[in-house]
Amino acid sequence: MSFEWPWQYNFPPFFTLQPNVDTRQKQLAAWCSLTLSYCRHRKLYTLDVMEAQESSVFNNKKIERKLSMEAIQVVFEELRKKGNLEWMDKNKTRCLIMWRRPEEWGKLIYQWVSRNGMINSVFTLYELANGDDTESEEFHGLEDWMLLRSLQALQTEGKAELISMDDGKGVKFF
Amino acid sequence: MDRFVWTNGLLEMNETLVIQQRGVRLYDGDEKAKLDVGIVLLSTHRLIWRDLKNHECCMAIPLSQVIVFEEQAAGIGKSAKIVIHLYPVSPNKEPGPYQLSKFPYIKLSFKEHGQIEFYRRLTEEMAQKRWERTPASQPVPTTTGSQAGRTRAVGIVGIERKLEEKRKETDKNISEAFEDLSQLMVKAKEMVELSRSIASKIKDKQGDITEDETIRFKSYLLSMGIANPVTRETHGSGTHYHMQLAKQLGDMLLAPLEERGGMMALTEVYCLVNRARGMELLSPEDLVNACKMFDPLKLPLRLRIFDSGVMVVQLQSHSEEEMIASALDNVSEKGSLTSEEFAKLLGLSVLLAKERLLLAEKMGHLCRDDSVEGLRFYPNLF
Repeated sequence: MSFEWPWQYNFPPFFTLQPNVDTRQKQLAAWCSLTLSYCRHRKLYTLDVMEAQESSVFNNKKIERKLSMEAIQVVFEELRKKGNLEWMDKNKTRCLIMWRRPEEWGKLIYQWVSRNGMINSVFTLYELANGDDTESEEFHGLEDWMLLRSLQALQTEGKAELISMDDGKGVKFF
Repeated sequence: MDRFVWTNGLLEMNETLVIQQRGVRLYDGDEKAKLDVGIVLLSTHRLIWRDLKNHECCMAIPLSQVIVFEEQAAGIGKSAKIVIHLYPVSPNKEPGPYQLSKFPYIKLSFKEHGQIEFYRRLTEEMAQKRWERTPASQPVPTTTGSQAGRTRAVGIVGIERKLEEKRKETDKNISEAFEDLSQLMVKAKEMVELSRSIASKIKDKQGDITEDETIRFKSYLLSMGIANPVTRETHGSGTHYHMQLAKQLGDMLLAPLEERGGMMALTEVYCLVNRARGMELLSPEDLVNACKMFDPLKLPLRLRIFDSGVMVVQLQSHSEEEMIASALDNVSEKGSLTSEEFAKLLGLSVLLAKERLLLAEKMGHLCRDDSVEGLRFYPNLF
């Protein structure tokens, strides 16, 4: 399935940070949704800013437009404010990108668990993310850090409890 | 040459000028004298030579010193000359350019001819010996009194000293002149202070002083050529001059503004106005101040300052919405436009075209694409 670009992607002004405040807000919103949907499509969980600039999201070769470094930083900052992005270092060169927030992931997992009547059972984290049973689920292949956060989110809601096991971590759902 | 004495070049009481000839060089015997070409004058009493440029450099020999003289014809590359043999130097001689000379004769070299006539007149004078009949009143020294001794310099040194004195005098004159100026400036400062203090007093005692007195004070200040700072601050308006100027500008700018679609850059206005005024040119500051008067004077013009700092004069009727709408229409029609293209389309200056586009952008009707190809404006589809 190929990624469907939004109409803005072929609109040259999309690649220039707009000085008009209202226009800029709309532009940034479009950028945020494009970035997230692209990452979701490619199942990307981390982004390197330098690499991102060269990726096709921020670099439209067809119309020869490229989002500048500063503009990318502005977009990322906007994503951070919305809780979809976390910087991995102080220099802001790499970031975690959460096209679903941990709570949303947790909800999905919990739904799957309850759907299958496995509340009160114990799972290893590996089982959840990479087991055969979850293959058709969206959270299949979720990176460890993301999975852990999602479960932690569930734990604060009182729907799960993380358990330390011999060879890693496990979780029990309530 | 040592027979010459310095002189001021003026003729004595009984002396009369016989003939003068330009372009004469002096020879000390057979050697060229270290002097430029000058004018030689023959009077009834003396033979006088004066430097062409420096009239202070003037010297003379009494005709009584002449023994005999002879002509020397011109040759190839040589001017005609008159050789004048002289008596030995008298012991009480006045100072001259040469202290000592080994030649008992001098030569006058005529670079610009005239030697024939000069020779004839010299012959006449030598025959008549008029200097014996009417002796010149007194041999006048170059300068008078005690100063004479000091200034009597000899030779090139003397000339240089005279030049130096002249230079000093000029220096003195200049510094005196500037002293006056700086004093004037000090005074001007005082005047400004005074006017300020008066103005502040008027301000403080608004109630105590009658209207008449206030006006009289203000007219004093104006007549001193110092604009009253208070008027500007308190009333927010400029001088009478600027108001008059604004009215005049209002009259003359209406037609050109209508021609140009209701808006002109201030620089353009400046050129237009000054071309019309010819000699009585306006300063840019006065123009701006006058333009600021448009609004308070209720003239149909406005001075508009764009966010970028560009100033334009526009007709009051010139509607902003219309301007923005037309910009949007044009851009939509073409898909996208640079300010240059827009300027060409409307026949405006690029600067003004850009301002319009920026204004439309500010209002959210357009958005920009800033790439290596330049700044383009698109309809705002966001």
